[in-house]
Amino acid sequence: MRSPSTRAREGAVAVAADAHRAIEAIWRIESARLIAGLARLVGDIGTAEELAQDALVAALEQWPSSGVPEKPGAWLMATAKHRATDLIRRRKTLERKYEELGRDVQRDPGDKDLDTAIDEDVGDDLLGLIFMACHPILSKEARVALTLRVLGGLTTEEIARAFLVPVSSIAQRIVRAKRTLTEAHVRFEVPGGPERVARLASVLEVIYLIFNEGYAATAGEEWIRPALCEEALRLGRILAELCPTEPEVLGLVALMEIHASRLRARVGPSGEPVLLLDQDRARWDRLLIRRGLAALERAERLGGAMGPYALQAAIAACHARATTAAETDWPRIVALYDAVAQLAPSPVIELNRAVAVGMAFGPAAGLDLVDALVPEPSLKSYHLLPAVRGDLLRKLGRSEEARAEFERAASLTENARERELLHRRAAECAAEGMSG
Amino acid sequence: MRVLVLAKEGNQSAATPPTAEAMAEYQKFNEELVKAGVVVEAGRLSPSSQGRRVQFDGTKRTVIDGPFAETKELVAGYWLWQVRSMDEAIEWLKRAPYDGGTFEIREVSQYEGA
Repeated sequence: MRSPSTRAREGAVAVAADAHRAIEAIWRIESARLIAGLARLVGDIGTAEELAQDALVAALEQWPSSGVPEKPGAWLMATAKHRATDLIRRRKTLERKYEELGRDVQRDPGDKDLDTAIDEDVGDDLLGLIFMACHPILSKEARVALTLRVLGGLTTEEIARAFLVPVSSIAQRIVRAKRTLTEAHVRFEVPGGPERVARLASVLEVIYLIFNEGYAATAGEEWIRPALCEEALRLGRILAELCPTEPEVLGLVALMEIHASRLRARVGPSGEPVLLLDQDRARWDRLLIRRGLAALERAERLGGAMGPYALQAAIAACHARATTAAETDWPRIVALYDAVAQLAPSPVIELNRAVAVGMAFGPAAGLDLVDALVPEPSLKSYHLLPAVRGDLLRKLGRSEEARAEFERAASLTENARERELLHRRAAECAAEGMSG
Repeated sequence: MRVLVLAKEGNQSAATPPTAEAMAEYQKFNEELVKAGVVVEAGRLSPSSQGRRVQFDGTKRTVIDGPFAETKELVAGYWLWQVRSMDEAIEWLKRAPYDGGTFEIREVSQYEGA
């Protein structure tokens, strides 16, 4: 029999383990708000994150024995705020000393009364943090990493795993991003006026990048990584709550909800990709479709029907509304792509439009458009160009040309699952060629 | 992951509607969840007296009218939450402004078949 002291020790270990799991979950819930409140106070993300981490360490030290406080979020904020106050006081003393020495020192942004500063609207703090982490001064990769870290509450390891890059690269990306923000004196603010449009576009771009990396993984063994889609959706939903009257935010949320509704149907039994028109629509998530259509309707009601995200959401909605692939309203999709192309002309959009034209008006019409895109330099190594071309050629009965195109597409993709699918289609074309 | 949070009727009979303050507290909590991007769907069920049950026994189907007896186990309302772990769901639920009753959290295994 085990001694009572052993049992007590085991009990204590179990309690500590429980507390650690609880703290981890609480951190996920609270960290963004915590960092946001602190960033406004001290002016930069790096210091804010350190202060928040200090509070987390304090929780890890104290909660396993003292128990989790009734309002853990408030506890963490009070602890961090206490340290922030110390830090600001120290900075001020230092500043005074420098001034005495006659040096020019940048003013501290946290001059406001601390208590009012920290208790102001949490929503505005979160928005400020989102705008800062997604500042256009940073590269796309840096914005994505910093956003997942400070707003998603993900660890550097988790981000690295999600993007299949070494932990050290992500860590460096984040450190450099913070330094860039500090050196450029990027202010903690919710931008207004004309600047807001550009800054918001940058935020939406980051969220959509995260979503897309999960939705159609550009590299690696998996075709989709649902966790990244979920993270992006969550960020989008939070943003939509913070900016309920921004039609493009709702447009992006609509687009992500509708695309996410197909996640289950996009993967076959052995992990292989299943393309949109081959998907079992009974497996689409009706709840997400309903949410997506509702968000799109709100965006349109706010006058945002012609926004780039709302338009893409409207295209996704055409598919979502069709109970079978044959019922898809292709002419409407072509018209929507026309609108997208006018707004933001791009070879990728033209390629998508060509697919829709092929469906609406026949493969020959689609192929004409795709052929015109072949010389496009930016599509030179884009695997979907030969994939689409192969598809249209196959429909026209030109199996041998189609096979070559699918093989070419397979050689261009970095995603293992997609490569298998393309090889399979090439093999199907070869078989058709022989029997034909 | 997605979890279904089931609010059991418990001892609070559906016949006694919640007070205005309780409703306000609940709404505040629900709003916090929505703002955090957690709530995907939510609903309150009408009392079991208006419910029906269909029992299957081989080829036989028997329809039973409510109310049902096992009040503690009856579901009074539900949430669908998008969270990153069961622990996160637990931490959210602990913050709910209730002083009685039982809530159950169940994971929806959405990627394994329909």
